[in-house]
Amino acid sequence: MTTSSSLVYLIALPLAGAVLLLLGGRRTDKWGHLLGTAMSASSFGVGLYQLMLMLDRPTEQRPVSQKLFEWINVGEFKVDAGLLLDQLSICFVLLITGVGTLIHIYSISYMSHDKDRRRFFAYLNLFIAAMLLLVLGDSYLNLYVGWEGVGLASYLLIGFWNQKPAYATASKKAFVMNRIGDMGLSFAIMIAFATMGTVSFAGVQEHAHHASEAALTGMGIMLLVAAAGKSAQFPLQAWLGDAMAGPTPVSALIHAATMVTAGVYLITRSNFVFDAAPTAQLLVVIVGAITLMFGALIGTAKDDIKKALAASTMSQIGYMILAAGLGPVGYAFAIMHLLTHGFFKAGMFLGAGSVMHGMNDEVNMRKYGALRKFMPITFVTFGLGYLAILGVPPFAGFYSKDMIIETAFNAGGAKGIILGVTTLIGAAITAFYMTRVMILTFTGTKRWDDNAHPHESPWLMWLPMAVLAIGSVSSGYLLSSGGALENWLHPLFDHHAEHEHHLLEPIVVSAMALTMVAIGVAIAFSKYARQEVSSVAPENVSIFTKIARQDLMQDRFNEAVFMRPGQALTTTLVAADEVVIDGAVRGVGQAAMSSGSALRGLQNGYVRSYAALILVGAIALIGAIWVVVQ
Amino acid sequence: MMQLALEVGQTAQPEAIMFWILGPMAVVAALGMLLVKKAVHSAILMAFVMVILAIFYIAQDAVFLGIVQVVVYTGAVMMLFLFILMLVGVDSSDSLTETIAGLRPIAITAAVGFGGLMVSLLGRATLGRQATGLSAANADGNVQGIAKELFSTYVFPFEVVSALLITAAMGAMVLAHHQRTTVRPTQRQLSINRFRGETLASAAGLPGPGVYARHNAVDVPALLPDGTPAPTSVNASLEARGDMLDYKSFDLSEVNTQIVEEK
Amino acid sequence: MNAANYLYISALLFTIGAVGVVVRRNAIVVFMCIELMLNAANLSFVTFSRINGNLDGQVMAFFTMVVAACEVVVGLAIIVTIYRSRRSASVDDASLLKR
Repeated sequence: MTTSSSLVYLIALPLAGAVLLLLGGRRTDKWGHLLGTAMSASSFGVGLYQLMLMLDRPTEQRPVSQKLFEWINVGEFKVDAGLLLDQLSICFVLLITGVGTLIHIYSISYMSHDKDRRRFFAYLNLFIAAMLLLVLGDSYLNLYVGWEGVGLASYLLIGFWNQKPAYATASKKAFVMNRIGDMGLSFAIMIAFATMGTVSFAGVQEHAHHASEAALTGMGIMLLVAAAGKSAQFPLQAWLGDAMAGPTPVSALIHAATMVTAGVYLITRSNFVFDAAPTAQLLVVIVGAITLMFGALIGTAKDDIKKALAASTMSQIGYMILAAGLGPVGYAFAIMHLLTHGFFKAGMFLGAGSVMHGMNDEVNMRKYGALRKFMPITFVTFGLGYLAILGVPPFAGFYSKDMIIETAFNAGGAKGIILGVTTLIGAAITAFYMTRVMILTFTGTKRWDDNAHPHESPWLMWLPMAVLAIGSVSSGYLLSSGGALENWLHPLFDHHAEHEHHLLEPIVVSAMALTMVAIGVAIAFSKYARQEVSSVAPENVSIFTKIARQDLMQDRFNEAVFMRPGQALTTTLVAADEVVIDGAVRGVGQAAMSSGSALRGLQNGYVRSYAALILVGAIALIGAIWVVVQ
Repeated sequence: MMQLALEVGQTAQPEAIMFWILGPMAVVAALGMLLVKKAVHSAILMAFVMVILAIFYIAQDAVFLGIVQVVVYTGAVMMLFLFILMLVGVDSSDSLTETIAGLRPIAITAAVGFGGLMVSLLGRATLGRQATGLSAANADGNVQGIAKELFSTYVFPFEVVSALLITAAMGAMVLAHHQRTTVRPTQRQLSINRFRGETLASAAGLPGPGVYARHNAVDVPALLPDGTPAPTSVNASLEARGDMLDYKSFDLSEVNTQIVEEK
Repeated sequence: MNAANYLYISALLFTIGAVGVVVRRNAIVVFMCIELMLNAANLSFVTFSRINGNLDGQVMAFFTMVVAACEVVVGLAIIVTIYRSRRSASVDDASLLKR
């Protein structure tokens, strides 16, 4: 393995930006956003440089590592703070810094009216640094640091406008639900250390063959819990919709393109664990499948453009998790979909931000309509992202999503059929709700209030959108032509189990997918384009719509199943603590005090009474002798 | 066997008489110690008990201890007690009423229980034991026997005890030593204070106690030339003890000055 | 005559001494009662010496006398010291620990 001393700059640059801006305070208000953008961009530059270096080396020497310092050295437990840049990490590095830089640029304009813009950029830089640490760490423990770092950055950014109680609550909700996932990750690390004595990726990979399947299954499930928490997968998905409280660039960067895909990264990175633990792998697939349907169904009922996109994100990450759960054949497609999704979803979020920017921060799509004429660039870039997510050839989603559907069908047996059909239906629903978003926002008649003056966004905002739109169009082709990404990632994954079984020909799958998409689009058209759309959400809707509008009851479920019993349990415990524990403690104290005040009577300070007590004691002694000595 | 019993009876008889006379006397004297009001009387009763104990020692062939008991206890220790009594105890009128509630019943109950248990234990322990007697051990004489023990087997404790005794003497001296905090007034200073004090009444020294032809006593205050008594003329200790007599009966006006001619 | 009679009288004297320590308030009388207890113990020692036919008990009584002498010397010095500062020889007045 090659070593390098320049990996640390990837992280150090944005971290320095964050530290500088946070400690610099108001003095840096004037140029803080420029510094933040520059730091992110230079980190991207370092990433590109590393990619070039990597391309120069032969395949087996491509991974680069750097030891920073000896972190923990306790007995047999040794952890170095080290970085590892391999073919998988570099994809993430470029996605994070690339999309991150674009969003920095976008935010300069988007946040220009916010007096705390400098702080916003500091948090963005902090996020970039933490996310890079997450994907560059060479052990689970290093990853954990980055994992918590992005959690913190996400918390800070969702609650960026924490003067609104609802937003502050949303950030807390995200933080708390993420904690459950973090707990899973820490358990996974503990299992790894307990069974294999190491927590580095290389070490675990080496020992995974010898470890018992039960331990690996446990570790896999814990990793899945971690991934579910961070990537908003079932059953820890409820926070993502509320996380849209944060500024739109945050939703684009953290809750669409990068952080929420950390779960996919974790599962892909831990491929050696899941390959050896079929049960955990099956659970991954199930979670992915459930979430992709879950997100898609929520997406159909949302009138809030950001929440519709968030539901879509959830659903798309479900695709990725599903692919990652399919084993070696799926990892590359999961990563590919992750990258293309990073482009088109970030682009669409920025588009949504642009729309909101022009519409006085209105997020209700029923108050939009006919914006195509007022925001042509936004319409085009959003439209390209829309086509990409639908999977229309030759846009990015066609390559990545079709691959996943195909792989799902090829999983074999009933499992393959079920997964394939699920992904196909998911594709149809995706087509339906994305078309709905398009129609409600950009076409039809105008439904906005009189005080709204829709206008195109400044160039600083549409430029990143345009770049991302180009990515949405081309990335799929570029990554899949000649199996580019597949071959690039090939050395990382264990392919011995790969089977060349094909249930359906690729062309058939594509045709089926396109048909499903067409059906979804057609339904959306008939429902929203052919008839007038009300500017307020209709109340007399079917029970299913009502449920979907309430995020499929996820919050109610959590509230009923976890919160209420938890509350009751806590109340009981508090009462028990008050009565039993505190009562016992107080009782002991009370007993000591009352016996003390009773005994205090004996301590009257008179020597003679003490002498009398000695006499009584002597009698007791002699009495004992009298009894014992017969 | 018969002979032995006879001998025991013969030798025991005078001792038994002595015991049954002196024993109850010792117990009564000890009880009296508790019951008398004045500490001085207690001390005298104590000395009495100790003398009886000395006799008991001698009766039990412990001649040396008996003599030591008289010399040390009744001679030294009891004199020390009396000395201290004279020093501090003269004004401490020790009332026998109990001030600590419930202490006296407890003490008496405890004493009865204690004594009962002891006696009962002793009865069980010595039942049927016959005394060996010290005629063999005292063959060379009691003093010689004890000296042999003291300077052979018990020589180390003996030395330790001597160290203890010296330490105690030192300790007593340290405790009794009174550190002056002010300069001791000289004779001259005292004279100046007498004459330059608030009144000249005491300039010539305090008046002596009353001196009367018919009653020459230190416990009666002197009368000043104007006929008023001078309380300062009586020793403070007597006054504190309440032993000062009322001067009224010795007032000049009360004294019968009528001269009855003798035929 | 049975030598054990001396033991009985010793027990009685000891008990009387103990009661005296508890019920009398004058420190000097209390001390005398302690002396009485010591003397009662001495009588026991001497009697044991006679019963067992050796002189160890008498030696022990001798030591007791010495220790008692020490104790009297120091104890009386303490009484004098207390009296000097508190003008009282009552053990009840020396109950400062209570306050």
